Amino acid sequence: MTRPRKETPPGEPRRVAYLYVLPALLLYAAFLLYPLLHGAWISLYHWDGLTVGTWAGLSNYAEAFGDPELRGGFVHAFVLLLFYAVLPCCLAFVLVSAMARIRLRGLTFFRTALFLPQVVAMVTVAVVWRWIYSSDGPINAVLRWAGLGSFARGWLGDFTWALPSVGVIGTWVEIGLAMVLFMAGVQKIPRELYEAARIDGAGPVREFFSVTLPGLRRELAVALTLTITAALRNFDLIYMTTSGGPGDATSVPAYEVYNRAFGPTNEVGLACAIGIIIAVLIFVITSVVTRVVEGRG
Amino acid sequence: MTGVRTERALSYAVLVVFTVIALFPMVAILWQAFQVGPHGIDPSTFARAWRLGHFGTYMRNSLIVTVGVVAVASVFSIMAGYALGTMRFAGNRLLFYVFVFGLMIPTEAVVVPLFYDLRSLGLTDTLPGLMLPQIAQSLAFGTFWMRAYFRGASRSLVEAARMDGASSWTVLWRVLVPVGRPAITTMVVLLFMWTWNEFLLALVLVSSNESLRTAPLGLSVFQGPHVTDFPLLSAAALIVALPVVVVYVFLQRHFISGMLSGALKE
Repeated sequence: MTRPRKETPPGEPRRVAYLYVLPALLLYAAFLLYPLLHGAWISLYHWDGLTVGTWAGLSNYAEAFGDPELRGGFVHAFVLLLFYAVLPCCLAFVLVSAMARIRLRGLTFFRTALFLPQVVAMVTVAVVWRWIYSSDGPINAVLRWAGLGSFARGWLGDFTWALPSVGVIGTWVEIGLAMVLFMAGVQKIPRELYEAARIDGAGPVREFFSVTLPGLRRELAVALTLTITAALRNFDLIYMTTSGGPGDATSVPAYEVYNRAFGPTNEVGLACAIGIIIAVLIFVITSVVTRVVEGRG
Repeated sequence: MTGVRTERALSYAVLVVFTVIALFPMVAILWQAFQVGPHGIDPSTFARAWRLGHFGTYMRNSLIVTVGVVAVASVFSIMAGYALGTMRFAGNRLLFYVFVFGLMIPTEAVVVPLFYDLRSLGLTDTLPGLMLPQIAQSLAFGTFWMRAYFRGASRSLVEAARMDGASSWTVLWRVLVPVGRPAITTMVVLLFMWTWNEFLLALVLVSSNESLRTAPLGLSVFQGPHVTDFPLLSAAALIVALPVVVVYVFLQRHFISGMLSGALKE
């Protein structure tokens, strides 16, 4: 993204501009901005969606962090952050930096394939992985073939393994994105920097920290922003694979928004509070990470 | 020289391994859905999934919603982006930031209030009710995206057209839009993908009218009674994913560059 050249908007003064912006602004304000404000407002009430709500102040927010089940959801979300964001970005980063000093050809095919999980509907991804994890699925088949049949299980129904299993799906979806980003970035680092580092007698480790890492900062920030957001917005996958189960083993805030509002308890105010918390978390985590990684502030 | 050659070989090996990992699940469900076996390929599972899952209706609904959202959002985004990118007026920057703010609003934060807002308008369980919020989300990205294009568009081209006495409307649609085809294509394919794949809004906003389900919602309902019939589910899952994947294969550059440079979204 290029930065604006000047502070003032370009072009000549024109009042007709308002007419051009109006249709977009009206629809956007009515169906995105207003619902957001309305949600923030509802989050201050105890409301079941039917009867008149009662003022709650910030108690829904207190409950979102205080209720053990909901707090567990936030803990799960942070575990999933490791699988969706940290693991793919670190792994892809190390793998791609190993390709830094050579020019690769035929990348279009690899790029298209690696990026494919990003465009397939999450509901389809969920169906595929439910089969992979199922008791007669390929993972258990391999375990039995290797004589490790006692480890075979229905992975998504297992209290211990359900959360990491969902996490691995996230890793699968996001690692290609990270690799594609870093591959594009690494090919832009001038070869001379590597040659200079070599002449200075830098080993692979120092080369990594003094050339590759600084050269890929922007890409790393973008990858982390996209993957962190995906990790906190994983409603589709959870709903389709585990519905938060078994027990609460995979319940996450994105799922609880739906579950609390439209599930058996009808805690609409609480659901709205969780929705607002997700928005704030995404905003805060991604801006902190971007600042740190890009080396600003 | 051997060092470079080894490194090259290793790099391709890494790429091949991760490509296999990315493709394996997709190929595996193709395999299942076609029931590849000693008797060859059997496409009848698709017909069965299509019929049992009412995917004819659901794909049609998805098509209506997607075409409606993408068409309305694209036209209004182009107009708003044009004004924000090429005209000087009070509030220009403020309006730009207002639209950019929308890129950071997750669906999870608005879906519950939207349900009650749309219900009070009598728009729940209607296709327009499902389209309007998605148009709004698309406008945040579209306006952001088109403004960036119009800012960079050739000023001399616009001035030449204006010398000929063209109105701002004519300059937009006759001069800038035709030249901006690549940027517009990227926006259209991304909006198409996001709208087609949308699940949470459909689940909440058209939940009680079976005949209005979109394809992803239809798949989730279809999973219920066929939860372990993986060949049938695979066929259904492929039907749902297919339109986006086909467009992706042809226009992958637009998908990748758009998603990675529009990093603010999602």
